[in-house]
Amino acid sequence: MQIQVNGELRHIAEDSTISDLLVLLDVVNRRVAVELNQEIVPKSQHTSTILKQDDVLEVVHAIGGG
Amino acid sequence: MNQSDVLQLAGRSYQSRLLVGTGKYKDLEETRLAIEASGAEIVTVAVRRTNIGQNSHEPNLLDVIPPHKYTILPNTAGCYTAEEAVRTCRLARELLDGHKLVKLEVLADEKTLYPNVVETLKATEILVKEGFDIMVYTSDDPIIAKQLENMGCIAVMPLGSLIGSGLGIINPYNLRIIMEQATVPIIVDAGVGTASDAAIAMELGCAGVLMNTAIAKAQHPVLMASAMKKAVEAGRECFLAGRMPKKLYATASSPLEGKFF
Repeated sequence: MQIQVNGELRHIAEDSTISDLLVLLDVVNRRVAVELNQEIVPKSQHTSTILKQDDVLEVVHAIGGG
Repeated sequence: MNQSDVLQLAGRSYQSRLLVGTGKYKDLEETRLAIEASGAEIVTVAVRRTNIGQNSHEPNLLDVIPPHKYTILPNTAGCYTAEEAVRTCRLARELLDGHKLVKLEVLADEKTLYPNVVETLKATEILVKEGFDIMVYTSDDPIIAKQLENMGCIAVMPLGSLIGSGLGIINPYNLRIIMEQATVPIIVDAGVGTASDAAIAMELGCAGVLMNTAIAKAQHPVLMASAMKKAVEAGRECFLAGRMPKKLYATASSPLEGKFF
């Protein structure tokens, strides 16, 4: 199925969870935050949140800024 | 330095009144060294999309400025609407395991990076309700500054001059008015260019100074960070010491009695 991650379309397996996605994106050991359809998904819910067709995700981290 | 002259923010005490950003550095190592030299305890970061696929083994900013060692102050840089800023703060809180401290900035214009105070007020109202501890970047308008304080911001951060301009404190009179009426810390944020700018801000009575470009874009950032540390301390001591009055005419420093000529 198709989802959008950080502004780009991606294909992932049906019934993938956010955790599955983070493994796929190779960000598992990084400190990130996830927003799904403009709502925060806390870390504790990453393995239990199942993604659907056309879900829009933002995966963010901290970088240098003033 | 008087050990009890600490900066209190969101229930914590800080020895350093210099807050620094982490942007515009050459690399993470320079960032780390400059922050150490500055003595800063509160450090701002931005929140942005991860670069997917690029960075498994690259060190991360928060490895270099760990949250257990520093108070991380995530900003809402680049946000032009209240909605964008609120989303950023929520993501920042999740990113930092429930840490509620944020630097709110909502900009109006790409050329001047001047704050959009209308959107800033809107964002403040929402974020206060959601329990954030807001340090808010704003203009040097005393009315807006007081309004932001009244709405529940824990610190108000008026600009000294435009972000990244290095023009220093262009309206010290407005800052003094803001400080006289404030009951929360007033921290000058934006426009500091050199050590004397920081000292001037502190001499006016500011609780602290936040800077980024002044250090990162100096020829020798680590040395400038050290200079800024001293400037903020010197300015603060001046303020506490109470400067001499300014006078139009001279008063001799040496006695008149006992002259032998």
